[in-house]
Amino acid sequence: MMKVLLSNVVNGCRVGSITEVGRHGNRVLEFPGCLLYTRCGSAPHLTHDVLQKLDTLPVGVQLTLPTLAEQHNVVKDFQHGIGKFTGMEDSFLYCSVQDPAVREATGYNFNKGVSVWGSGGRIKLEVADFMSIQKAFCPDWYQCLCDGDTVSSDTSNKRVRKSVDRTLNFLDKCLEIHQDSQELKASEILGVIEGGDLWEERLRSARETCKRPVAGFVLDGFQSFAMERETRKNLLTAVLEVLPEDKPRIIHAVSRPDEVLEAVECGIDFFDSSFPYQVTERGCALVFPFSKKSDVCEETMIQSSDDASKETTENQPCQGSNEGTQSQKTEFEMDLNNRQKYAQDFRPVLPGCSCYCCQNHSRAYIHHLLQTGELLARVLLMMHNFHHYFGFFTAIRESLHQGTFQELKAIVTQRTK
Amino acid sequence: MNWKRALLTDSGGFQMVSLLKLAEITEEGVKFQSPHDGREMLLTPEHSMAIQNSIGADIMMQLDDVVHSTTKGPRVEEAMYRSIRWLDRCMKAHKRTDCQNLFGIVQGGLDPELRKICVQEMTKRDLPGFAIGGLSGGEEKTHFWRMVHLSTDYLPKNKPRYLMGVGYAVDLVVCSALGCDMYDCVFPTRTARFGSALVPTGQLPLKNKQYARDFRPIDENCRCSTCARYTRAYLHSIATQETVACHLVTVHNIAYQMNLMRCLRQSILEGRFPQFVQEFMDTMYPSKNYPEWVVEALAAVNINLQKSQSHQDTPLENANTCS
Repeated sequence: MMKVLLSNVVNGCRVGSITEVGRHGNRVLEFPGCLLYTRCGSAPHLTHDVLQKLDTLPVGVQLTLPTLAEQHNVVKDFQHGIGKFTGMEDSFLYCSVQDPAVREATGYNFNKGVSVWGSGGRIKLEVADFMSIQKAFCPDWYQCLCDGDTVSSDTSNKRVRKSVDRTLNFLDKCLEIHQDSQELKASEILGVIEGGDLWEERLRSARETCKRPVAGFVLDGFQSFAMERETRKNLLTAVLEVLPEDKPRIIHAVSRPDEVLEAVECGIDFFDSSFPYQVTERGCALVFPFSKKSDVCEETMIQSSDDASKETTENQPCQGSNEGTQSQKTEFEMDLNNRQKYAQDFRPVLPGCSCYCCQNHSRAYIHHLLQTGELLARVLLMMHNFHHYFGFFTAIRESLHQGTFQELKAIVTQRTK
Repeated sequence: MNWKRALLTDSGGFQMVSLLKLAEITEEGVKFQSPHDGREMLLTPEHSMAIQNSIGADIMMQLDDVVHSTTKGPRVEEAMYRSIRWLDRCMKAHKRTDCQNLFGIVQGGLDPELRKICVQEMTKRDLPGFAIGGLSGGEEKTHFWRMVHLSTDYLPKNKPRYLMGVGYAVDLVVCSALGCDMYDCVFPTRTARFGSALVPTGQLPLKNKQYARDFRPIDENCRCSTCARYTRAYLHSIATQETVACHLVTVHNIAYQMNLMRCLRQSILEGRFPQFVQEFMDTMYPSKNYPEWVVEALAAVNINLQKSQSHQDTPLENANTCS
């Protein structure tokens, strides 16, 4: 039986670990922590062998349903679960309903179910379909079917209420099936808190979801572009106060370092690693500092114009377009596409970084690989970006144990002022 | 690149001619448009040597005047003689003879006389090794093997013979029988990126529907990291969708190639090369419908493929393990 051991709560930040978790009851998940982002069951660009070269791999892996739903029947016939099918059977597996790296198209959910977008197009999932998938997949944890289509700016209050109602309805129906299912005996279902940016709805969703026997909570609909920073902060704080202390809290698509720190302060435990993936896709490398030792990397390039740091995702095409455009570059990264700066820069991407990429290759080489369209460019960048991001989470936990969280926050966000 | 193993560079000539539209060849060199900025550039033997000297590979190739293997007429002869002249210019321009090995490239198209002249001329120059060029470009196999055979007959025995642009498993085995030592080919990795896996019986186009529920590894006898962990079904689900698929199949295909050549070498060392060839061909052509050119080429070096079942006690698995 999973145990949440809360070491400390410091100004709203929780730090601790979850033990005896997983299908075999033998894993330990430390929090605040992140989950490894995957597509079709693999880390982007990284084979299992290459992935093992990352020495700070998180225990938890996030499977994204949109990239896997089409394999439902194949995995069912396979009969050994999604972990073994994707070569990830050694990992702790969490299955999310949507893909945090891709903005969902709006207007495709319905009363009886929800749409996810696979490579072949729209997949409608009603409760029965959804639970059938989970029974075939047998993940350790899975996010319950939920209607999170509340993030576009013209969502009506009525629509927000509907999302809360539907999500609770899905939860009750899924729980019924879950509790009767032999296949899902060792799996845990997580309830989802909806409610858009409406205070009342968020609290209603939280209180009602708490009443159900869920193993933890997913805070949905809080993406960067969904609402103002202050609103998110206030809503999260309010919602998390209502949730029980002894159950984990996961948030999706809140993945930028500054957003992560804010969410930690509100009481979130787990994050996804979609941000390092997006950075990789645009040929950039994460270089933001998170320790007093690391020099501020001079390469973080965006001269602070507020527009550059805000994510301009309003015009981002939906449904599978996950290539960040240049306008979404943040102050946390350097752009290795820049010929002027990097074509002849033979230093490692981040001097002092112990990852494979920085130990073996130079900025000039990665720039060259990007220019010539070589796959290796993103293999190396993904390795570095994951390494850096996971290191960031280690630093968060350490700072909470040592009482230096505010200093960490200052170091990380110094460029965003 | 931080690559600590051996390196070989090509001269750039082939890529220019095959990949660029407006390449103009003169005695001076190859004039072409830079793919980066459209500027007119000239690649001369001297320039190619300078570039390859600065890259510093262990083996470097002369700049040759390559014609397409299906070209006929006086152009073939012109290119052959020019390649010899360019070889001399390359040898003169090569500045790092103490640590880089310059290979000449035998040309002459599909004309035996021209080939012979080229080999004889080039081998007068004391080069560390020789390549056989101008083949593997889509010419008929019956001409292809004869030119390879002719070249290896006349090339010195104590220097490496590098057959450029080969290739497919069958070609590697046959040309090794004909006396070639070294090969290069984009095929195994390129086909991998498109989801096609190499196996002893040929290829598996993993994107095909038939593999959707095939829960076996690509090759049950293969010891590569891909076959240790992933099924055909999983690879089918990600092929052409996630770059991981490219990498996983690439690893396997390279393992396949290396294993093939390792077994081939082992069989030579153990004095059973003809049996190796027989088993390889039987695995590749189970109904013994060996291509005519394969039979002829092997026969020319006294390997006579048996059409009758005289190896019944040898399981097919031995064709791809080195026992």
